[in-house]
Amino acid sequence: MLKDITLGQYFPGNSAVHRLDPRTKLLLLIVYIVALFVAVSWVSYAVMLVCLCTVIAISKIPPKSILRGMKPLVMILIFTAVLNIFFSQGETVLVSFWKLTITLEGLLRAVQMMVRILMLVSGTFLLTYTTSPIALTDALESLLGPLKVIHVPVHELSMMMCIALRFIPTLIEETDKIMSAQRSRGADFENGSLMERVKALIPILVPLFISAFRRADELATAMECRCYHGGEGRTKMKLLRYGRNDYIAFLLGIVLLAVIFTLVHFGL
Amino acid sequence: MTPILEVRDLTHIYSVGTPFEHTALDRVSFSVEKGEFLGIIGHTGSGKSTLIQHLNGLLKPTDGEVLLSGQNIWESKQVTRACRFRVGLVFQYPEYQLFEETVYKDIAFGPKNMGLKPDEIDRRVREAAGFVGLKPEQLEVSPFDLSGGQKRRVAIAGVIAMEPEVLILDEPTAGLDPVGREEILSNICAYQKAKNATILMVSHSMSDVARLSDRLLVMNGSKLALMGKPEEVFSHAEELLSMGLDIPPVTRVFLDLRRRGLDVPPVYTMEQAVAVLSKYREAGKC
Repeated sequence: MLKDITLGQYFPGNSAVHRLDPRTKLLLLIVYIVALFVAVSWVSYAVMLVCLCTVIAISKIPPKSILRGMKPLVMILIFTAVLNIFFSQGETVLVSFWKLTITLEGLLRAVQMMVRILMLVSGTFLLTYTTSPIALTDALESLLGPLKVIHVPVHELSMMMCIALRFIPTLIEETDKIMSAQRSRGADFENGSLMERVKALIPILVPLFISAFRRADELATAMECRCYHGGEGRTKMKLLRYGRNDYIAFLLGIVLLAVIFTLVHFGL
Repeated sequence: MTPILEVRDLTHIYSVGTPFEHTALDRVSFSVEKGEFLGIIGHTGSGKSTLIQHLNGLLKPTDGEVLLSGQNIWESKQVTRACRFRVGLVFQYPEYQLFEETVYKDIAFGPKNMGLKPDEIDRRVREAAGFVGLKPEQLEVSPFDLSGGQKRRVAIAGVIAMEPEVLILDEPTAGLDPVGREEILSNICAYQKAKNATILMVSHSMSDVARLSDRLLVMNGSKLALMGKPEEVFSHAEELLSMGLDIPPVTRVFLDLRRRGLDVPPVYTMEQAVAVLSKYREAGKC
């Protein structure tokens, strides 16, 4: 059950998208998001959608798993839609009752906002689905590198993020194991009043915290044993290097941005 | 007579429909009689842990069924919950599941969940603590102040206190010193004798399972590879070795002796080996 959490999960693969430099993917995601917010017309949305679908197709990620990740968003989507339908100003009134009016413009706007959110999230999913967390933190460290000049502890931050990401699956597995063990002793997590269910969490949380602290302690010792002393003078086993595909990807990203800006300029 | 536990065509597939899809159990069928000691052996990842989690209803089979005294444990929610009390499962490194302030309270967690009366809970806690060799004064200390081996005993007592008819243990001696291992194993045997309980034990120590088990079940690549009395299973020594499993050291020595032309029967425990060798000495052959 806990294993079904898909948010930010990595799908191993060897497609062209998987092989791109993580920095390229991160930067292109930013380009994509900027383009998405600049785009206002249906034509530009269509262009963006075509781009998104093409990348999904190249990445060979099953569209089903991207859709599955959207589940937690349903509430936000409904909320956005309702707000836009009822509170947008417009000329063409479709339905009007009591103090509420639904206009054609409002309806279109609601659809547009929903499409925008969905595309935004799919783009982000595409990044996390095709990039391992380690590669992602590496990319972040490399991109934030210039901040070192103003004494931002970039390496430490990315190391912390890396460790946190690394331990999410471990802790999920651990929770699963502890839950199974307590369930074997007759613990019941599904039934009972709210108070009872909160109480039922104690037999999970106490062992989980203890093991998290134990792991942190062991990891710190292990790192020290290997003479870890921060980022100073540290070299990398996997150096990030931009390849031909990365330059092509950057070029395509710039083209996309240019197309969207041109469309907007001509009011399309 | 219906066997206490019967598994029919049990299949389990993890993460159906994702790239991580993986068959952990493939049409496994076997049955266990009441009072039997069944050793389960298999290479890491052969499906042992998945198998035992099906036996008390923690995992739902993708296909096939698990029968407890002839009743399908997934028949209804109540049956599934009831089977958790009849089939006790001790996980690997069970000491990591302790959470209460005192040893007593932790052992009482299971019986309390069963909804027993306080005096019955008290009797069971004290009896279970006795089975695993905990002293009465240790019941009042925090489980986190105990040594690793003692924590493990508390955790096992926590399951024994539910007085399950079937006790399943996943590598109960992993990471313990030889004395600790011996004690835990004899605790388990004591429980089996006292309650005529059925024991299923997963282990990587071939000499332990050879010595204790009535029958052995060998898992290999998600399938049931071999099942039978220890002497039958260990007579397939080559096969076991090809599965990445070991045979008891003493069996290995005797196989080697045979290969070198000494006419000795295959043995799998130290006692048998001693018997065979002393017979040889009496006959003046060596």
